[in-house]
Amino acid sequence: MSPLLVLDAVEARYGPVQALHGITLDVAEGEVVAVLGANGAGKTTTLRAISGTVRRSGRVEFAGKSLRGGPEAVARAGIAHVPEGRGTFTELTVHENLRLGAYTRRERSVRSDVDRVAQWFPWLHERAGQPAGTLSGGEQQMLAVARALMARPKLLLLDEPSLGLAPMIVREIFRIVRELNEREGLTVLVVEQDARIALRTAARAYVLEVGRVALAGTSGELQENESVRRSYLGY
Amino acid sequence: MADFLQQVVAGLASGSIYASLALALVLIHRATGVINFAQGEMATLSTYIAWTLTANHGWGYWPAFAFTLAVSFLGGAAVHQTIIRPNEKGSVLRVVIVTIGLLILINGLVTWIWGGEVRAVDSPFPAGTTEIAGVAITTADIGTIAVVLATVALLWGLFQYTKLGLAMRAAAVNPAEARLVGVRVTWMLSLGWGLAAALGAVAGMLAAPSVFLDPNLMAALLIYAFAAAVLGGIDSPIGAVVGGLTLGVGLNLIGTYVDFVGADLRLPVALLVILVVLLVKPTGIFGKAEVRRV
Repeated sequence: MSPLLVLDAVEARYGPVQALHGITLDVAEGEVVAVLGANGAGKTTTLRAISGTVRRSGRVEFAGKSLRGGPEAVARAGIAHVPEGRGTFTELTVHENLRLGAYTRRERSVRSDVDRVAQWFPWLHERAGQPAGTLSGGEQQMLAVARALMARPKLLLLDEPSLGLAPMIVREIFRIVRELNEREGLTVLVVEQDARIALRTAARAYVLEVGRVALAGTSGELQENESVRRSYLGY
Repeated sequence: MADFLQQVVAGLASGSIYASLALALVLIHRATGVINFAQGEMATLSTYIAWTLTANHGWGYWPAFAFTLAVSFLGGAAVHQTIIRPNEKGSVLRVVIVTIGLLILINGLVTWIWGGEVRAVDSPFPAGTTEIAGVAITTADIGTIAVVLATVALLWGLFQYTKLGLAMRAAAVNPAEARLVGVRVTWMLSLGWGLAAALGAVAGMLAAPSVFLDPNLMAALLIYAFAAAVLGGIDSPIGAVVGGLTLGVGLNLIGTYVDFVGADLRLPVALLVILVVLLVKPTGIFGKAEVRRV
């Protein structure tokens, strides 16, 4: 079976600065794949190249079709992108954020979907009427994930979910991602600075260095890899 | 006392017209961070269309009202798509200057088509007064307030209870994020311009019967609308409505009871309101201070 997502020699630039020098990677359906790397290695840009929020060249294929257009089109194709730094509408309520998550869907089952998503984040019900901006950082990150789930995505792009959060919250978020994958078969491409927790969650990972894939392999292989251990795991 | 209450109601009537135009300004400012200086002229154009339909083509007031709203909505959206959108990539100042150009253009267009003479416009409301709790109120005042409140209620329902309204709000508060959930932000902005144009048309059509129609119909009204929007908080729709009503009542009372202000100094008082609010509380009554993380 062909992979759900394929990136082939994808390049991207911000003005004169080239951020990606030809990224090639793939994600199979039902897989959790991590993208690791230092600051400025191009992790976030890789996700942005997929969701169409940065100009790119090269081939991006999703579910067997070439992925084109801006973020609106990519969202409609079934890819939910949770951007870096908790992408929530802080001025809108928790419930409105969730409703927006289901924006691309035509069905009228939004209410039951809120219940479905709230299984993972039970506190969403109590906070439904509260502006998202009044939530704690961890809650906002979880709301961002919950909102992405409302779209019933075929692929979830998660950018740096651990950013600025307490270790306990980070573990909780990754536990939920793992369970979503195991129980609902959700496919996830997660960018993460914290290699330890990312490798524990993902089956495979890519290590980026200055806009290129420096290493790729299963999480087990990478955990054993000497340079990965030294640079990213710290032992 | 009855006289005082009469002045309050008359103030609410003119205030509701300010509120309607102020709401139009706020809708666009919220979505794009730009003050649309052409908002008043767009409304003048709409009012002339309604006047032509009733005076020259024998339409009834309300069919002409509804038709004009539809035309204004489409016109506002078209202005955004063709004139504003290509300039949105530039600085805010660039768009503001484009709206000032649009102001001059529409004003010239209106004078060219309809001439500069002053025309009387019939009120859609029967003449006379209604007595409520001992206070005689003109039917026109009640009608004006009712039409604006109904418009505001409809808009509120749209924004609060529909998927489209929610998407429009999302596009206004966080366009980048809205794109990620699949909202076509540019369309939402065009819709916003359409709604704002329709709101302006409501203000123009309601104002024309009492102030006469000429190409500069909305010039003073736009200043009052600015004052109302600033008073309420330039990004707050509720603020625009409360600001408009407060300003209307306030100006009417000052004009009536402060001898030297009278009818002539109302406009300077409105400008004073803008100045004082910007100096003392720039966010207005309902506005929130913009917080930026550094």
